[in-house]
Amino acid sequence: MSEASLGTHKAGTHKEEAVYVYEAPVRLWHWANAAAILVLCVTGYLIGSPPPSIHGEPSAHFLFGWIRFLHFSAGQILVVGFVFRFYWSFVGNDHAREIFRPPVWRKSFWLGVIHEIRWYAMLEREPKKYSGHNPLAILSMHVLFVWGTLFMIVTGLALYGEGQGPGWIHRLFTSWVIPLFGQSQTVHTWHHMAMWVIVIFAIVHIYAAVREDIMSRQSIISSMFSGWRTFRDGGPTDEH
Amino acid sequence: MASETFYEVMRRQGITRRSFTKFCSLTAAALGLGPSYAQAIETAMETKPRIPVLWLHGLECTCCSESFIRSAHPLAKDVILSMISLDYDDTIMAAAGFQAESIIDETIQKYDGNFILACEGNPPLNQEGMSCIIGGKPYLEQLKKAADHCKAIISWGSCASWGCVQAARPNPTQATPIHKVPGLPAKPIIKVPGCPPIAEVMTAVIAYILTFDRFPELDMQGRPKMFYSQRIHDKCYRRPHFDAGQFVESFDDEGARRGYCLYKVGCKGPTTYNACSTVRWNGGLSFPIQAGHPCIGCSEDGFWDKGGFYERLSDVHGFGIEANADKIGGTAAGIVGAAAAVHAAASAVKRARSNSGANDKREGRD
Repeated sequence: MSEASLGTHKAGTHKEEAVYVYEAPVRLWHWANAAAILVLCVTGYLIGSPPPSIHGEPSAHFLFGWIRFLHFSAGQILVVGFVFRFYWSFVGNDHAREIFRPPVWRKSFWLGVIHEIRWYAMLEREPKKYSGHNPLAILSMHVLFVWGTLFMIVTGLALYGEGQGPGWIHRLFTSWVIPLFGQSQTVHTWHHMAMWVIVIFAIVHIYAAVREDIMSRQSIISSMFSGWRTFRDGGPTDEH
Repeated sequence: MASETFYEVMRRQGITRRSFTKFCSLTAAALGLGPSYAQAIETAMETKPRIPVLWLHGLECTCCSESFIRSAHPLAKDVILSMISLDYDDTIMAAAGFQAESIIDETIQKYDGNFILACEGNPPLNQEGMSCIIGGKPYLEQLKKAADHCKAIISWGSCASWGCVQAARPNPTQATPIHKVPGLPAKPIIKVPGCPPIAEVMTAVIAYILTFDRFPELDMQGRPKMFYSQRIHDKCYRRPHFDAGQFVESFDDEGARRGYCLYKVGCKGPTTYNACSTVRWNGGLSFPIQAGHPCIGCSEDGFWDKGGFYERLSDVHGFGIEANADKIGGTAAGIVGAAAAVHAAASAVKRARSNSGANDKREGRD
């Protein structure tokens, strides 16, 4: 980390220090993943509540087929991305493992979570300063995003395997997921419910990113484009 | 008489050799076996003694029996009833009362460990099984006694396989499918779900068991793969309309007249494993979707508890009377979104106040 310089505001100029946080593959994954989730949510919703019926020769149309095709291909991109991202949590930098393996055994991590909750409840005057994610963000990403996505991947592939019939997807997912839930319709319902968990995560994630970009002491949104986290003031960072 | 072979029984009943051979080849075809198996079925039926079957009725509506006796498979009425030595079936047997009940003991004595127990319906466990009384005793006792001595169990229909309507929420009598009845010996169980199962599926399952002396290949849930490995949707003749995006919106619209896909009016074909769209009903004449009605998913576990038959999305229990994934998730997302908006406003106020505070400080007015 570069030498910290005090960020006392002088008229017109201030110094910012920067840390390289998000490596290029992580950034690429983040945006590909975001696009896949957007497509999955929209097409998934339409699969549950199809658009108004169209008329004409069935051989001339493939509307619902395309909706399902988009859902399946976006799902496959999401799966490949997720597998890659998990791999990167081992070979990437320290920040790359945060959301997969949060340091839940550390007291400082939980104190950080409490501090962040107090900060969002507006009980703290000053936010803490993290080069990576703050502890509350890590926790919500780990629980809602990582496990939520894993649930969607497993149930999604199980449902996909139903249409595929015998084969490795059917063997690895469909064969045990459907009996586990009782029947296919129940798996559909849970898969549908979990979509809303992901949607809620996205709302909170985007809101928090915008808010912290404005109110906290470090850059958030631009960091996911450039990879660099800049700090508006000096002083040491708080690590969990 | 039970030591007669199937063939002998059939001949005695006036079935010709020619009809018998036809039946064997058609059965082989229905089971998806190669032509050589017709000979195997023929040999089995000519040489093997009939398998004694106890057909017990618990909580049920007898639709399985009704379906079974209508098997349009060649010679079904004669052959199927001759294939098995149906020693006990309280609904269709001539005997009644003590005479009928004594047959169970007799069969157990004569064929201990060698008869098939066919269960139609399921036992209620609450009130010590008093909600289903056969011959003055809870059905549960009859079932346990027969299961202790049988070779294998066939769970006919959704009642015996999953629980069906009597096990629907809140299931006051605690009607329990056969494989979940506590204290039942670990005998092999084959599930043939459906409300009722297709007649030809029932007779084919029996034909298979007789011919090969074992169950057909079963899936993870214990259903014969040959009939339950594909969804109604996979072989539905209206599938092109589904892919095209042509749906029936209501039962009196143009789409309904044109035979569009019934997905939007709640068809459970995409989540139902059964052979209706291939084997069909009433001798291959038709099946619900062909008649313009959505599949209700009667062969699936808990199909009564998934909400309206004409709704696409399932009811989710625990969130009021009518709630589905979109209503619950959409409401939750709305609350979170509104909370974020309120929080954003509060954050803006706080920031404005702290900024003006900082300005005050800087300007020495604090």
